[in-house]
Amino acid sequence: MSELKILEERKSFIQYGKNQSDGCGSLQCDSDSLSGAVSQRACVYCGARVVLNPITDAFHIVHGPIGCASYTWDIRGSLSSGSELFRNSFSTDLSEQDVVFGGEKKLGKAIEELVAKETPKVIFVYATCIVGVIGDDVDAVCKEAEAKYGIRVIPVKSPGFSGNKSYGYRMACDAIMTLIRPHTGPKKARSVNILGDFNLAGEMWIIQNYMKEIGIEVVSTITGDASYESLIKAPTASLNLVQCAGSMTYLAKQMESEMNIPFVKVSFFGIEDTSASILRVAEAVGTQENVNRAKALIRREEAKLKGFLESRIPRLTGKRAAIYVGGGFKAISLIRQFNAMGIKTVVVGTQTGKPEDYEIIGTLVDDDAVILDDANPTELELFMREKGADILVGGVKERPLAYKLGVAFCDHNHERKHALAGYEGVINFTNEINSSMNSPVWQYLQVPEFLTEEGEHE
Amino acid sequence: MLNLTPKEIADRKALTINPCKTCQPVGALYCALGVHKCMPHSHGSQGCVSYHRTFLTRHFKEPAIASTSSFTEGASVFGGGSNLKTGMKNVFDIYNPDIIAVHTTCLSETIGDDVGSYIMDFDMPEGKLAVHTNTPSYVGSHVTGFYNMMSGFIKYLAESTGTKNGKVGIFPGFVNPGDIRELKRLAGLMEMPYIMFPDQSGVMDSPMTGNYEMYPKGGTTIEEITALGDAKHVLALGMFTSTEPANVLDRKCKVPYDVLPLPMGIEGTDELLMKMAQLSGTEIPQALEDERGQLVDVMLDAHFYHHGKKVAIFGDPDTVLGLTALVLEMGMIPKYVVTGTPGEGFEIKAKEMFAKFGMEGCKAKAAADLFDLHQWIKNESVDLLIGSSYGKQIAKAEEIPFVRAGFPVLDRYAHSYFPIVGYKGALRLVELITNALLDHFDRTCADEDVDVVL
Repeated sequence: MSELKILEERKSFIQYGKNQSDGCGSLQCDSDSLSGAVSQRACVYCGARVVLNPITDAFHIVHGPIGCASYTWDIRGSLSSGSELFRNSFSTDLSEQDVVFGGEKKLGKAIEELVAKETPKVIFVYATCIVGVIGDDVDAVCKEAEAKYGIRVIPVKSPGFSGNKSYGYRMACDAIMTLIRPHTGPKKARSVNILGDFNLAGEMWIIQNYMKEIGIEVVSTITGDASYESLIKAPTASLNLVQCAGSMTYLAKQMESEMNIPFVKVSFFGIEDTSASILRVAEAVGTQENVNRAKALIRREEAKLKGFLESRIPRLTGKRAAIYVGGGFKAISLIRQFNAMGIKTVVVGTQTGKPEDYEIIGTLVDDDAVILDDANPTELELFMREKGADILVGGVKERPLAYKLGVAFCDHNHERKHALAGYEGVINFTNEINSSMNSPVWQYLQVPEFLTEEGEHE
Repeated sequence: MLNLTPKEIADRKALTINPCKTCQPVGALYCALGVHKCMPHSHGSQGCVSYHRTFLTRHFKEPAIASTSSFTEGASVFGGGSNLKTGMKNVFDIYNPDIIAVHTTCLSETIGDDVGSYIMDFDMPEGKLAVHTNTPSYVGSHVTGFYNMMSGFIKYLAESTGTKNGKVGIFPGFVNPGDIRELKRLAGLMEMPYIMFPDQSGVMDSPMTGNYEMYPKGGTTIEEITALGDAKHVLALGMFTSTEPANVLDRKCKVPYDVLPLPMGIEGTDELLMKMAQLSGTEIPQALEDERGQLVDVMLDAHFYHHGKKVAIFGDPDTVLGLTALVLEMGMIPKYVVTGTPGEGFEIKAKEMFAKFGMEGCKAKAAADLFDLHQWIKNESVDLLIGSSYGKQIAKAEEIPFVRAGFPVLDRYAHSYFPIVGYKGALRLVELITNALLDHFDRTCADEDVDVVL
């Protein structure tokens, strides 16, 4: 596979270990994909859509041609304890005529048809690529609908070309701010919002249970298992916990400056980070009582896991992992988790990592580990081979690539079917890693000699 | 829980709920993956191609490659010419395909990019090629994009030398690799030299070797597409998918063609084989007669379970009509027949089929969505649902047995390796349908009705 090439322009997005001696010292990241790259990365709309999608009782109308609605119909894997409305797909399905004469009227009519048969509390209207180009004033249509129907109709400015996926996260955060801004109220003591968990496989519920046990009230979950009513209470929390920093730091900062709610970054992936996060929350907003309860919870859960991990680790130690995930903070948690299993992370990349994330990553991996931003399949293949990775942690597009290379795989994205957060998540994650890496199917990858041509001649 | 669809049907003109189609570019991308050593290239924002690759990867459980022009704010104002030029140069430099197949998106269409002239101005590396097609997402559906890309390849590459090569072009339609392999097997048994275009077999069903091949062994070669111009005839399978490219080839290279339905069910397969026999001058071999006989045998064995059962079918127009033909042959009632792809011909064709079998009270609708279908079912239920994975929610809400067929199937494995065309494909569908009905009966019947013999 020596033919695999890395584009000159891509080289600044890739580094080995920490602090290279090339003078510039830092990895290029958070910029647009290169034209012509088979990028694994999505667009502004995608970023906005994945963040807002889990709001369970919202109507999400995708304003544009049908594709953007089709591709995002019920694929997020977010669970709901209430409404399942969000799992339907609503679109204006713009046609050629609309493109010529403008789609504003159709959008207004679509909202009217929706309001006629349902009683929505909030409608999000996503403006996709061509909406601005054909001159639709989505803001005006939304404003008019709000006045006419007395409900919230919030535009989400998400033309795909207007930046990268991270920019879409910001557009979603702006929409959330628009929704919650009018609802300020007195702060509740010992209460938090959880930002940036999307309740994939019920992960938000795991975190909520920890909070309940240590005596901290969860006011609002953003956006996993969120509803209109719970969201608008968000301004009354006294602290924001930011789990997915990539998508939600922007919102946390806005809430801090406008609503006076401080935030802490947390991660509930892996024992180390889960325990640290629980304790941190108790210390930040709780009393000594809350801290004691947190410590008791941590002691109990860590003890429970000890035996489990001891039985599994021998099968995992010495293996090599490659990580390619969305955000930098998740990558950091994964590296720590692998370290705890005795697995060395040899390749690590993210789609939307920030310079500070890559700095931390650099300190967690060996000097010869490959760190890369916005990787494409060729690069992933090259470095997984070069570093002899045994397992790749990634998303849907990376799965078949890993398998083709004979590398085990764990989905840490929308397609995860088991919760990977919290202490329960450690068990699931370890089991998934183990079952993929130690599947008997791998041994049949090698074609036995008697089946090959050489074998036949003998 | 997922059952939010109200029974009362209200008029909807502007709002699409739960679509039964997607946009043109993904069809164009899938078509281009059926050409050997071809890199599909999406001329638009980077999100489009990410969605399309995800869509195809989820259906096939295979890598699906494509590059993108990665439009920025600037490109959307000043045009995407320089993005395409840089993109194509990078693709040739790093991924080294033999050919790049560019399709447009709603964005590049709306800003008016002239992709044809961008390609003409491009400094093409020696021995390399590029083709393009226009796939505005706001026209038609993914099926439209699929045949537009076929037409694009033909317009650029097919050549008539004046000497026929004796081959028959087979346009298989928007089908799975398993179907294409079956069509090839049939052509082989009929001793009919052919050019399959496009051909995703060997690309989207490539075997596990421990190596990742960006360009697997399969796919129609560039030489074969060129040679389509000298083909003696084309069999265009699926009137809504293959007519247009057959027409384009005929206009360019004077290659006559026949449009046949997707060969699903007995009559559809009969028709294809008779046409192949005519073209190859070979009689239909005993082996195929036996396959037909086996199919009829099984259909008779199980006909009590099928007869008079009402079926709802949704998906792409040609696949839906093929499934409709089969269920009619099985004695079932195609109560609702629905496609999201717009176009009048679909409803006319479906009604002809209803009439042929004396069916009354069956409904057909093009440019429909699954909310329509669900509401119809709420008002008068059916015994079986056939379609893509997105029927799952309806099937669960209404407790209807469900058979997955068509695009996309995201929640099952290995389906794309097996055909639904030909007698073999029909036999497989008969098994899937019968099992779905009987499994449902077994799961829901009273204890005293549980029977080991059915």
